[in-house]
Amino acid sequence: MIRLIPRVENSTAMILLSPLLALTLTAISAYLIFVSILVDIEVSSVFYTLFVEPLTDSYYLSELLVKAAPLMIIALGLSIGFRAGVWNIGAEGQYVIGGIAGSAVGLYFYDVEGFWIIPLMALAGILGGMFYAGIAAFLKTRYQVNEILVTLMLTYVAVLFLSAMLQGPLRNPSGFNFPESRLFHDSALLPIIWEGTRLHIGLVVAIILSLIAWFGIKKHIFGMQIKISGSAPRAAKFAGFNDNKTVWYSLLISGGLAGLAGLFEAAGPAGQLTPGLPQFYGFTAIIVAFLARLHPIGVLFSSLLIALSYVGGENVQIDYDLPKSITQIFQGMLLFYFLACDILIKYKVVLFKTI
Amino acid sequence: MNEGLLIDIIIGISIASVPLIFAAIGELLVERSGVLNLGVEGMMIVGALLGFVVQFHTGNPFLAVLAALLGGMAIASIFAFLTQFLLTNQVATGLALTLFGLGFSAFVGRGYTEETIQLITSVHIPILSDIPYVGPLLFSYNPLVYLAFFMVYLVWWFLFKTKQGLVLRAIGDNHDAAHAIGHKVIRYRVMAILFGGAMAGIGGAFLSLVQVPIWGEDMTAGRGWIALGLVVFSSWQPFRIIFGAILFGGITILQLHAQGFDIRISAQYLSMLPYLATIIILVSLRMRLKNKTNRTVPNCLGRIFHSTT
Repeated sequence: MIRLIPRVENSTAMILLSPLLALTLTAISAYLIFVSILVDIEVSSVFYTLFVEPLTDSYYLSELLVKAAPLMIIALGLSIGFRAGVWNIGAEGQYVIGGIAGSAVGLYFYDVEGFWIIPLMALAGILGGMFYAGIAAFLKTRYQVNEILVTLMLTYVAVLFLSAMLQGPLRNPSGFNFPESRLFHDSALLPIIWEGTRLHIGLVVAIILSLIAWFGIKKHIFGMQIKISGSAPRAAKFAGFNDNKTVWYSLLISGGLAGLAGLFEAAGPAGQLTPGLPQFYGFTAIIVAFLARLHPIGVLFSSLLIALSYVGGENVQIDYDLPKSITQIFQGMLLFYFLACDILIKYKVVLFKTI
Repeated sequence: MNEGLLIDIIIGISIASVPLIFAAIGELLVERSGVLNLGVEGMMIVGALLGFVVQFHTGNPFLAVLAALLGGMAIASIFAFLTQFLLTNQVATGLALTLFGLGFSAFVGRGYTEETIQLITSVHIPILSDIPYVGPLLFSYNPLVYLAFFMVYLVWWFLFKTKQGLVLRAIGDNHDAAHAIGHKVIRYRVMAILFGGAMAGIGGAFLSLVQVPIWGEDMTAGRGWIALGLVVFSSWQPFRIIFGAILFGGITILQLHAQGFDIRISAQYLSMLPYLATIIILVSLRMRLKNKTNRTVPNCLGRIFHSTT
């Protein structure tokens, strides 16, 4: 019989080993699933396309970084909230609203040039995301309405709103009624940091933000507050930390960052506002945050790993005509195994005979 | 507005509310046992897919519903294993379940997006179905519609009229105390989670077998999440699920009819209504309760249970 005995102290070895174990188990399970479903395709070559090919070519590598940037930015915000036990599950919605708000500013100054346009758009994106997450914060603090449900419902609303905007006020006037905005002017496009690719300044911003978040959590009193509110709510109360403040900060930070990521996506790789803006980044970032153990520096690495599966998934779609959902299966399983393997950190698994 | 249209609308509302009733009543039992499973959306979509696939290949609606039920249970068992035996965080695991379910069903169902199936037909009860007005309104639904309402009654009966139901509620309110007097916390919870999976699976299958004869990877469109909202709205009381589901069904149907009537509002804004209504209803529930804590919330909801003895 198998028993779980709580460890006195968390196992340091397991903190490092359990992610590797989770990755291995995911790879094995994914292999078995693909073997049983994909009858006429060589599974090992699908695996190669998924996980190795994106690393072999500079174009794929740049695309990997393009996809890692929004994941990094969103996951950073989410991990701060998750630590405090504030579950912002609707980052996708805040991402979309941020994208709309920032793009609207860019389109408003369509025939103006200036270095200030991009910062202004970014600000609008952040404020848009903050406003949208703020609704959930308001309802949570004022009426104790569950933030998980509110942020999620608002995500569906945001996607519909995007579609309404693209068929209405933000539609390209000379675009033959296609539900797309005008192409952004040069001043409204993010600077490219790797010539010849789509890699934009967003990645640099993402890395700077994670360093700020890391110092913030370590040094600032608010970092202490969210840590304690999440792990010991009663102690937090005795320490005089205000629950409502934690909820507001967590949601505003994660919403603002998601909004920024949405704007970066519109003003970066897309170059215009399209119905294709929502890319599931907001949901995938939840996985990224957990894989990082809600740590800002961990987010840098886990976003690269998940971005790899995004790029690999697209290649598989092109090469083998398999749906992109192959990425989601992989990501879902990885999170399952990751959560499961974490038990090894807090518990010892002991085998002994039943008496 | 003529009577035929009114009857159509009422029937439409009932049909639209059934998937929500199934999913919500399952989740209600799960939450009563103290477990929060956020994977409802994922279990529904897997049910929708399996029901469709089996109906497509066999044409046997009974087998199709059974497949959806088993599929929902199978994917729920992953959640049960992880949260009950490996003590994982229920919020994170439930989310993973939804993401996995959406990806899995989109992947497996990729060959079926162009196909159509024979919808499950409604019953025709001699004499009763032919009574004017009452017949079409009460006696000519699909068998699954009656099953949905029966399940609500069954869950109520189980929770409040049986000894096991009492134990399940006790476990949801205080798992340590229930464990101390010898009740099998994990066993009850696993059973509840599997039941929740089965109900979500049938609820999903209702979408692809009764509402529309097609399969699409986004066909649940957030109904699993709305069902979770319904459970909160119901204050964990089974019969209130019906009331809430009919309210949502009503908004969905009115919104569709409004689009048909060429009201000068973009379709997108009307489509937002069910989601906005969920939020508004949750808020109004809280306003009614004022600042009193909701005493029906199972105390151990979402908490991890681990016994060392």
